[in-house]
Amino acid sequence: MEPYKLDFENYRKLLMKYIESEDESTLYQAEQFTRTSMQQHISPEEIINVHIQILKEIYPDMPHEIDASMKFLLETMISYGLAYQEFQSLREKQVELESEIAVAASMQQTLLSTTIPKVQGLEIGAVSVPAHRMNGDYIHFVTGGESSNIGIAIADVIGKGIPAALAMSMIKYSLDSFPDAMCSPSETLESLNRVVERNVDSSMFITMLYGLYNREISTLYFSSAGHEPGFYYSAARKEFVEIQAKGLVLGVSPQVKYEEYELKLSDGDMVVLLTDGVTECRLGDNFIETDEVLKVIEKYMHLPAQEAVDSVYRHFERLQEFQLRDDFTLIFLKK
Amino acid sequence: MITKSSVHIKKEWDIVGARQMGRELAKDLGFGTVDQARITTAISELARNIYLYAGSGQIMFEIVEDLNKKGLKIIAVDKGPGIQDVSKVMEDGFSTSGGLGAGLPGVKRLMDYFDIDSAPDKGTVITTIKWVR
Repeated sequence: MEPYKLDFENYRKLLMKYIESEDESTLYQAEQFTRTSMQQHISPEEIINVHIQILKEIYPDMPHEIDASMKFLLETMISYGLAYQEFQSLREKQVELESEIAVAASMQQTLLSTTIPKVQGLEIGAVSVPAHRMNGDYIHFVTGGESSNIGIAIADVIGKGIPAALAMSMIKYSLDSFPDAMCSPSETLESLNRVVERNVDSSMFITMLYGLYNREISTLYFSSAGHEPGFYYSAARKEFVEIQAKGLVLGVSPQVKYEEYELKLSDGDMVVLLTDGVTECRLGDNFIETDEVLKVIEKYMHLPAQEAVDSVYRHFERLQEFQLRDDFTLIFLKK
Repeated sequence: MITKSSVHIKKEWDIVGARQMGRELAKDLGFGTVDQARITTAISELARNIYLYAGSGQIMFEIVEDLNKKGLKIIAVDKGPGIQDVSKVMEDGFSTSGGLGAGLPGVKRLMDYFDIDSAPDKGTVITTIKWVR
């Protein structure tokens, strides 16, 4: 590889001009010169070398001591030059990785995309935003033909980024492969648990809440595998209640039974499902309190469901100065 | 002109001896100031690796000719523990992250030709060449 030759003449011109005038405009030109040289991967020692040669040209009687000291300087710059080249090559590698991740992220988006169902009798809003490029949270809606049931899945892999995202793709395909996605929440979680237990490293935990909403009797059946508890808003009592549901996280033990709970919704009631990215929003070093989360939800819940979740998300995004600490997922089910 | 010579590396001080010999040969061959400094830095790195990881070894110099160019070949030989994973030590950021200097990727950058022959418990032979431009 023949390196780009430093623009010797230009450097000489600038240096001589500066020695004469010592003006700022020449220094500005020197800055431009450095920029071009860096683009061409010129090492610092090469610039010093050119500098020495020009000095000798202009001052043929330059004292030997100065010459020696310049050589000394050149020698000390060699390692900086190497560090700079290493930095360049690492940066190229990083750009490669970034573009690979970008492709993976957009693939994930396509793979895990779900359509929020528009059905009579239940208004659904959902938002799921990754903290980094890839999402370790997952939401999925299932609506089956003539059935009046809607399946709702919300899951969170403990951990972020690419490993979490890979685990999520597996959950999605397992769910899809179950013969009847409309079967009961407890059975769904039990089957998923077996898949996760067999296929995922024991250090990775997945929490999930699976719900089945029966529109005819306005009842939500659900089971939880250690998932962040959601909230139930009662319009009659105008208050939020935490949705308690016990269950072991997925993948810990091969044979786990999940309890099934039910919740009857009346007009105006709302169910809030979320991941810990919502409840563990941080302000500086402090987590925000549940009460504050509920206050924010209350503030926007009068809006149409999708608009409401989007507004809550924007609120927390801003609160955290647009730097999400964790994947953020929120679902509203409004009766 | 002597075409082959070598320096034993046992003490840290020997690194200076190897640098000295390399620089003189480079000067005689007509390398410019920058290339002299680069060759010397590469020698330092190779000699320091021997001193730190193998305990003792040799830096050998040879003046080589190829068609119409001349060059300096530097061979670092030791019978130390060898390198477990050569690809790993040739990765940028692997050896340098601990502030250990240029590392072998640095030597490769400083020189025109670079080759490693090493296996665990078999010692290491690193061959490098710099051509006079």
